Formats: sequence, C-alpha cells, structure tokens
Amino acid sequence: MKLGLFGFLFVMWLLILVGGGIVVVILGPISVSEFGNLNWFVASSIKATLAIILVIAWIYILSKIKNLIFNKEIKS
Amino acid sequence: MIELIAPSIISCVAAFLVVFSTTPKLIKFLEKRNISVKDVNKKGNVFVARPGGPAIIAGIVTSEIILYAFLQMNEILAVLITTSAAFVIGYIDDRKVMGGWFKPVALAFAAIPIIALGTYDTNLAFPLFGTVQIPALYLALIIFMIPITGNTINSIDVLNGVASGFIAIAGFSLSISLIIIQNYEIAVISLPLAFASLAFYKYHKIPSKIFPGDSGALTLGAMYGAIAIVGGVEVIAAVALLPAVINSFLFLSSVRRIVEHRQIPGKPVGHTEDFRLMATDEKKAPVTLVRLILASRPLSERQVCLIIFKLALFSGILAVITSLMMDVSL
Repeated sequence: MKLGLFGFLFVMWLLILVGGGIVVVILGPISVSEFGNLNWFVASSIKATLAIILVIAWIYILSKIKNLIFNKEIKS
Repeated sequence: MIELIAPSIISCVAAFLVVFSTTPKLIKFLEKRNISVKDVNKKGNVFVARPGGPAIIAGIVTSEIILYAFLQMNEILAVLITTSAAFVIGYIDDRKVMGGWFKPVALAFAAIPIIALGTYDTNLAFPLFGTVQIPALYLALIIFMIPITGNTINSIDVLNGVASGFIAIAGFSLSISLIIIQNYEIAVISLPLAFASLAFYKYHKIPSKIFPGDSGALTLGAMYGAIAIVGGVEVIAAVALLPAVINSFLFLSSVRRIVEHRQIPGKPVGHTEDFRLMATDEKKAPVTLVRLILASRPLSERQVCLIIFKLALFSGILAVITSLMMDVSL
C-alpha cells in the first residue's frame, strides 16, 4: 500500500511534467489575428477551453491509475 | 544575496519565537474558556484547545512586517494581506458554522491583493519545456490558487500534527526550490512560513495540545499559495503539495461535490478495540489519503502521521528535482 502511494505520487509528478510540455508546445503558440481588438479574448478563450480539457483528461487518467494501483484495497 | 541574510535570519527567528511563545498562552486562554473540541482519535473524552490560528498569524505577520521594513517589496504586502484575509475567513468559520461554499468563495476574494498590487508574472514556468504566456488565463489561476491551497491544507488537518508538519516540510522544500532558481527575495519571504509551522508543530504533534482550526489551516495554505504565485513557482509548489492534492482528489472523485467536512456522508476511518485507526467498509464514506493508508491494515495515529510525512518528504524531493529541471530545456 505504502509503495502504491509513492508510485501514485511519482505518476502524478510525471503527468505534471508531460502536461507542462503539452501546455507549452500546443497552448503557448496559439494566436489569432482575424478579430481585431478581440484577438486576445478569442485566443484566451481557446487556451482556456483547451486547458480545461487538459485538466479533465488529467483527472480521468489519474482516476484510472488510482483504480489500477489501489484496485484491491479500495472497497467503496 | 548577502544583504538578504540578516533580514532572513531575523524574520525566521521572529516567526519561530512568536508562534513558540504565544501558543502556550493561547492554549491556556482557550482552555480557561472551554473553547476546545473532542479529539475523536483518542480513547475517552480528550478535549483539545482550538483554534491555534491566532498564534500562527501573529508569527507570520510579525516576520513579514520585519521583512517589509528591510526590503519594502510589494510581494511581501501581497502575501501578508492575502494570508491575513485567509486567517479572518478561517476564524469566522471556526466561530460560526458556514456553508460548504463559504471558504472557497471567500478565499477567492482573498487573492485580490495579489492582482491589485501586480505581484505576479503571467508567464507560467514548466520544467524542461520553458514558459507559456497566458495573461487572461493566469488571472483565473490566481483566483483559483488560493482557495485550492487553503482548502487542500485544511482537508489534511485530520490527525494530530499533520497540517503543521506537512506545511513545514512543503515550506522548506519550496524555499530550497526558490533558492535553486535564484529567486532569493521570495525564498526569504517563504522561510517564515516553514518556521512558523515548525514552531506550531511542537504543540500540534501527537498528543496535540492545540488544533490549528480553519483559521490556522487556511492561514498556512493561503500563504503557501500566495508565495507560489508571487514567486512564479506554481508548478514546483503544486509538486511539493502532491500528497495533500491526492487527498483532495480522492475525496472529490468519491464524493463528486464540494461539501463542508461536517456534511461528509459516512465515516471513512473508524477505530479498532485498542483504538488504532482502521478503514471503514462504509460505501458512502469518501476515499481519503488516510483511508487509503489504512486500507491494508489498522495503524496507530502516530504511524499514519509518519507515513504522511514520508510522502511529504518524497514530494518535497520531487519539487526540488523539478526546480533543478527548470534550467534544462529539451
């Protein structure tokens, strides 16, 4: 159990590193130039939407990993 | 950097001594007025003074005012005001039972001084990959960060000494990380948090003489979040906080809504005949970090605390490794 928790922590850390890479490589360069004064707003909205999707994906993957690691122990 | 050594030593000593000396007086004051709560993990009717927040905030305010006298940085003011606001919010919750949404919403307002004083950088730094500019999104991150760190620390305050011991380990890890990335000023602002927590741990550890209460836990958590923002070390701070993040994640993924701890359905942890802690079989009860630790076998409260501290130390080491990776780019 204890090793499982340390493993879960380590996986979370790896997911943060990978998530950071996705944010920098995909979210960072997004820019729009067809909406005039609203360019920053449209770009931010797209980035926010993608960031929310990333967070949901992160939570989903963590849930799966949690079940994988603690499958036997978690009864509820 | 040399000019920061004297203010740093004075503020750390002040943080430690103020909390160390005022906490016993606060315990006496609270016990005299019967302001205490039952320690549910002890045999018989053991009552413990609560809240210890006033002693913690006294140490933090004193140390940060000393730092401000030396450095006159807006970052110190932002951390000080946000932390003080979190203390007030926690103290209100200590004195009066508030709804589940009170703390997150109120703590979001506590983050406003950081924005108003402009003590943030909209570049979000990641290890290995560099930074990303997210101006509008970053403002939302600030508003969310303080409620998240505040409530995350509050949610692990379930056993004797865990909240203060955990934040002492995380605080030292964060300070070391800030030194590694050469953000010395914010490291100096961050150190009093670790020293104040360490001084409070003396009275909070098993068997607790005082509990921090919401005022103490929110003060520690909000200050940690504020330092992460003004220091531009959001990712490193999140890594150091991972065991507490796991606890919140497990709780929310099993309960699926934000609830006040008094409204939790079912008890996640029970007691054996010799009063060791054990995971319950209640299906409605939330999955928590402590419940997971106890899933294989019952353990004493001291053993569970030790495991949590080992997890905190492990994530602290990961945070330091993360800070070392900040200068490395793929």
